[in-house]
Amino acid sequence: MSALDKGRSGDRQPSGVALAGDYWRPEGRLDPLSEKGRIGIGAPLSRVDGAEKVTGGARFAGEFTFDGMVYAALVYSAIANGRILAIDQREAEAMDGVVLVMTHENAPRLNTPPVFLRSPNGAAGDDHPIMQTDRVHWNGQPVALVLAETQEQADAAAESIRVDYAAEPAMTDFELARTHARQPDNVLGGPAEITVGNADEAFASAPHRIDAIYTTPRHNHNAIEPHALTLAWVKAGENDGEDETLRIHDASQCVDLAVASLAEVFGIDAAQIHVTSPFVGGGFGGKALWQHQILAAAAAKLADRPVRLALSRKGVYRVVGGRACTEQRVALGADENGRLQALIHSGVAAMTRHNNLPEPFFQATKCLYAADHIRLSIDVADMHMLANTFMRAPGESVGTFALESALDELADRLGMDPLELRARNEPERDPTSGLAFSSRHLLEAARSGAERFGWSERSATPGRRREGEWQIGMGCATATYPYMRMPGAAARITLTPDGATVGIAAHEMGMGTATVQTQVAAARLGLPVEKIAFHYGDSHLAGSVLAGGSQQTAAIGGAVIAAQRALVAELLALVGQGSPLSGLSPDEIECRNEGLGVLGDDSRFETYAQILARAQRSELSVEADAAGSEELANWSMHSFGTIFCEAGVNSVTGEIRLRRLLGSFDCGRILNPKTATSQFRGGMIMGLGLALMEETLFDPRSGRVMNPSLADYHVPVQMDVPEVEVMWTDIPDPHTPMGAHGIGEIGITGVGAAVANAVYNACGKRVRDLPITLDKLL
Amino acid sequence: MQWTINGQVREAEVDFRTSLLDLLREQFQLSGTKKGCNQGACGACTVLVDGERINACLALAVQYQGREITTVEGLAERGTLHPVQTAFIEHDGFQCGYCTPGQLCSAVGMAGEFERGLPSAVTQDLAAADLEWSRDELRERMSGNLCRCGAYNGIADAITAALGRELGEELTR
Repeated sequence: MSALDKGRSGDRQPSGVALAGDYWRPEGRLDPLSEKGRIGIGAPLSRVDGAEKVTGGARFAGEFTFDGMVYAALVYSAIANGRILAIDQREAEAMDGVVLVMTHENAPRLNTPPVFLRSPNGAAGDDHPIMQTDRVHWNGQPVALVLAETQEQADAAAESIRVDYAAEPAMTDFELARTHARQPDNVLGGPAEITVGNADEAFASAPHRIDAIYTTPRHNHNAIEPHALTLAWVKAGENDGEDETLRIHDASQCVDLAVASLAEVFGIDAAQIHVTSPFVGGGFGGKALWQHQILAAAAAKLADRPVRLALSRKGVYRVVGGRACTEQRVALGADENGRLQALIHSGVAAMTRHNNLPEPFFQATKCLYAADHIRLSIDVADMHMLANTFMRAPGESVGTFALESALDELADRLGMDPLELRARNEPERDPTSGLAFSSRHLLEAARSGAERFGWSERSATPGRRREGEWQIGMGCATATYPYMRMPGAAARITLTPDGATVGIAAHEMGMGTATVQTQVAAARLGLPVEKIAFHYGDSHLAGSVLAGGSQQTAAIGGAVIAAQRALVAELLALVGQGSPLSGLSPDEIECRNEGLGVLGDDSRFETYAQILARAQRSELSVEADAAGSEELANWSMHSFGTIFCEAGVNSVTGEIRLRRLLGSFDCGRILNPKTATSQFRGGMIMGLGLALMEETLFDPRSGRVMNPSLADYHVPVQMDVPEVEVMWTDIPDPHTPMGAHGIGEIGITGVGAAVANAVYNACGKRVRDLPITLDKLL
Repeated sequence: MQWTINGQVREAEVDFRTSLLDLLREQFQLSGTKKGCNQGACGACTVLVDGERINACLALAVQYQGREITTVEGLAERGTLHPVQTAFIEHDGFQCGYCTPGQLCSAVGMAGEFERGLPSAVTQDLAAADLEWSRDELRERMSGNLCRCGAYNGIADAITAALGRELGEELTR
């Protein structure tokens, strides 16, 4: 495929890498690794952890053991709101192997967990007290935990526990809850309503108008590895209590934040908690801190035994939140030429009073189109349900379904090509913040994608193309996701004569982080990839990097830039009078050929081994914090792309099959085309699921999730997935580390609309309610 | 009780409720075989029993005494990776790696089923003496193994590269 070839370009390959400067400033220098042809950058290196993953050698959190370990099972509430009257656990306690039954009556006292995005230490999904009172807040809340010598014994004992409740009225019907919707105090830290001009007035007087409601259901992450952890309270010495360390093998995308939150919950010092997470079997936003980790640690303390807690698949649906349902209005007013005069994107998302994530469906709309008048707003409908949370591209995934479907409807109304309509509304600057874009090549991505896909073959009139029973159509939609680089990143580089170790508390959940950052560190330090060891997934490592918001690539990149500068400064301080590098400053130096050389002077050079040997050092270790992410205040920074879809609709059965899917992306420099291809495809395939099959069924009477299994919640399988083609502009963003953007989330955006638009083009039916199942076409 | 796993005879006393999956993971620390749903919906626990693929989560351990059980840990021979394992790395047939052991065992079992002439839901001519190999046959036959990371194209490419020739497809993909 063409995309893979880009890594093998025969461009000039500079031998050394100068230190990166202040890429975050308007007048700053770009990171030298942004330049094309850098050795190792853009190479299709296979995963560094590949061998472990194909041999069964990769050990996940629920596969570690401790001596004397017991197994946990949870009992989940059967009501959505009310009180526990009584728990009958006598039968369970009498069963073979049962070590402990923990309920609110005997659980250790725990502080309320700090909530993600509400508190600086917050990793928790909600701020409900955990097994501290008789209150029930959602259907599925853990009300008892059993520990037993084997999993079978724990499961059987949990089944035997009987709970009596006093149920109270619960808000479990979104249709009702939305009539009491409120404006939240923030959306991702920003306002819940954004206005430019007077959109309602402009809309009323626009000559061409589209005004439609789009609805999207609840979703669950469904990582194939269910949440699991193995933990122990490890005593440092003879004394009980204060010297204990809580050692956790977790499946986590935020090891440091989890430590900070657990420290608050248990009222202990963060230094007493150690979380590692070397392999995570998929995260997608779901693997932060939920009740199961806290309950396992509390039970381990109460029983004085190490604990393994592995949630069942059903258990994941009961205690780990998913994406909230939304109802969105998009109103577009345009002139004769398709220029947008008014753009309104508003609506309601389900939420609870105990978390802080109004599903931010207007995010993409903030930056995509140059409308004269814009109004964006999100209200939330409070419900008695498990707190909703981040799931791959929170906001953009479902928001682009509404916005990009509406654009297609407007194009149809105007008789204009949908790509042309979008191009006519391409903004000069960010339409809501007014900032200049750091890097925006959306039209180039759209053009090259259209050419490769054969977009010109599309009939503007729906229902024109037929093969037997199948009606075939094409659709497109814009994809977008912000660039982010969150504070807290730091890196430690330890240099020895044999190579370097880079350590950073970041995560590898399959994104390719370990592989790509090995390549980046090798290129930056002038070492071959074989001489780099990249360490991650351990709260004892430097910094605090959340695997979220597609920010890891840039966050780690920024930290390694800072650490490289510190390392070079330390090395220069070590070189003596006899060195050819003597008396130079870091900015006169480049890393090349396993050592340091003088910029522009090939003759002045020493290897790292020579420098260390002369200084009689076996290693040199430095740690540095990444520079603040000032770039985000200077520019509007986003990734872009265009998704193209060819869908077949069976005219007899209504069945929908995707025949082709192509994503053409503009995400800065692509660092590894092999792992990048998988990231883009993976996002797009989750988008295929969102478009055609995924829906968490929530019983409006009881508040219970009715399809908590992979048999009933359908995700795409091999046969659902066509060849997914991806391509990219590979134009570096001059204001980011490596010129790169994160690419974990953009793939899912735009796909829902591209599919809906293709289905419309195939059969003339416009579906505004996800997922697009066959019953909606009959 | 005795089992033959990856050519070795292993012994343990287990609860009659213990699944083959839990036997492997908890008794013998063969945690390469994964638990994704424990109800036969995801395929992460796929192992080979006398060469046929099964979901180990739906199998009671006591029923599999005396059978030849192969897990992902037993696919490589004397330290040399099975061609399917090598191809999965080369073609990036995984991201997080959790479904991978099941995909690998399933691919090996699937190839055996095809060679024995077992038709699938997409087989056009059920009476044919020789089945005609195709990308759709592969995709249909591998649809019992879910991959939430969405590595399906890479998985199909890897299986084609490793097994396609013996199943009758050119290696051009």
